[in-house]
Amino acid sequence: MGKTRLPEIIAHHEKDLLNEWMQRQNEFLRRDRISEPQSRANSHDFLRALSEALSRNAGMDLARNEWTNMRELLADISRQRAIQGFTPSETATFVFSFKKPLFARIGIEYADDKQGLADEIWTATELLDKLGLYTAEVFLKTREEVVLRQQQEMLELSTPVVELWHGVLALPLIGTLDSARTQIVMQNLLEAIVARGSDLAIIDITGVPTVDTLVAQHLLKTVAAARLMGAECIISGIRPQIAQTIIHLGVDLSGVLTKATLADAFQLALKRKNLTVSRS
Amino acid sequence: MERIPILKMGSFLLVTIQVDMHDQLALTLQDDLTSRIVRDRASGVLIDISALDIVDSFIGRMLGNIAGMSRVLDAETVVVGMQPSVAITLVELGLTLPGIRTALNVDRGMELLSASKGEAGGDGRQDG
Repeated sequence: MGKTRLPEIIAHHEKDLLNEWMQRQNEFLRRDRISEPQSRANSHDFLRALSEALSRNAGMDLARNEWTNMRELLADISRQRAIQGFTPSETATFVFSFKKPLFARIGIEYADDKQGLADEIWTATELLDKLGLYTAEVFLKTREEVVLRQQQEMLELSTPVVELWHGVLALPLIGTLDSARTQIVMQNLLEAIVARGSDLAIIDITGVPTVDTLVAQHLLKTVAAARLMGAECIISGIRPQIAQTIIHLGVDLSGVLTKATLADAFQLALKRKNLTVSRS
Repeated sequence: MERIPILKMGSFLLVTIQVDMHDQLALTLQDDLTSRIVRDRASGVLIDISALDIVDSFIGRMLGNIAGMSRVLDAETVVVGMQPSVAITLVELGLTLPGIRTALNVDRGMELLSASKGEAGGDGRQDG
C-alpha cells in the first residue's frame, strides 16, 4: 500500500460520508430489524475505527494489531445482526455500501490526478472488501455456534431414562437415531441400569420416524450391552410400517423381546417381576 | 505366583476378578477353576467383574471359554457386575458372549443360579 490520503479524506468529510452512507443503508436496511440510531452509531464507530487504523499506517493485513479495534467492532456488529436475524449479505452490505460515498469523495479530492485516483480507489476497494468479507465470516461463525449449541441441547434433551416401576426402566426414544445419539442413549441407559439396579428396560421407539439397518444395528447393540450387564431389554412401540421395513431389510430381531405397544411391554415386565395389576 | 482366589459358596464357586487380567493369569484361572468344579462338584460358577474397568477381546474370549468349559463340566456360569463402559466396549468389539448368563450384581447372580439349580433336570432353559 503506497501513500494513501484516505485518513485525511475521511477526517475531512466525516459528516457528509456518514450522512450519505446512512442514506445508502436506509435503502436496503429493514427498519423492523434495527433502529436508525443504532445503525448510525454502528456506522459512526466504523468510521472512527477505520480512520484510527489508517492513521496508524495499518496496511492491508487485517490480522495486524492496528486493526484490533476494527475487528472487534465488526465482530460485535455481525454477531448482533446474526442474532437479530439479518441475512449474511445484508450484514456484509453494511460495509460495502460505504464504497459509493467514499469513492465519490476520493473522486473530488483527486479530480486532477488520474493515476492517484485509480490507486486510491483500488486501495479503498481492497480494504473495504476485506472488511466486508470479515463481517460475513464472523456472521457465519456466529450462526454455526447457534446451530452447534442447539444440537448439543437436543442431544441432552432427547434421552431421558424413566423408572416405570421398581426395577423397570423405560427409555422413550424420539427422533432419528444416529451413531452419536445412540452412543449417548446407550450410555444413559446402562448407567441408569446400574444406578437403579434395574434388570428390565423397555426401549420405546414410537417416536423414531424410520428404522433402517443402521438404526436397527444400534438398537441391537444397546440390547446386547444391557444383556451383558445382566439386564433384559424389551423393544416396544413398533409401528406396522416399521415392522414391515425391518423384515424387508432382513434385520434379525429374533433374539430380542419385541412388543407392539409400551403398554404390552410394561405388562410383560410386570409379569417377569411376578406382579399383577388388579382392580381394587 | 499371582492367583485369582476361588471361593466356594454352597454348591457354587465365586470368582472375583480385581486385578488386570493377563494371559498367564487367565490360563491359571482356567486351570484352577476347572479342577475346583470337578473337586467340589460345583453346579454353578459366579464371576464378578465389577472391579474391571478395561477389557479387551482377550478377556472377552476368556470369559466365553470359561463358560464353555464349565458347561461341559455341568456347571452354569453367570457373569455379574459388568460396568457400562465394559459392556459397550465388548459390544463394539463384536463380543456379545451369547453362551453366558449375566446378572446385575452378586445377589441377583446367586438367585439366578439357585433358580436354575432348582429347575435342573427340567428343560434346562437356555438363555439367549
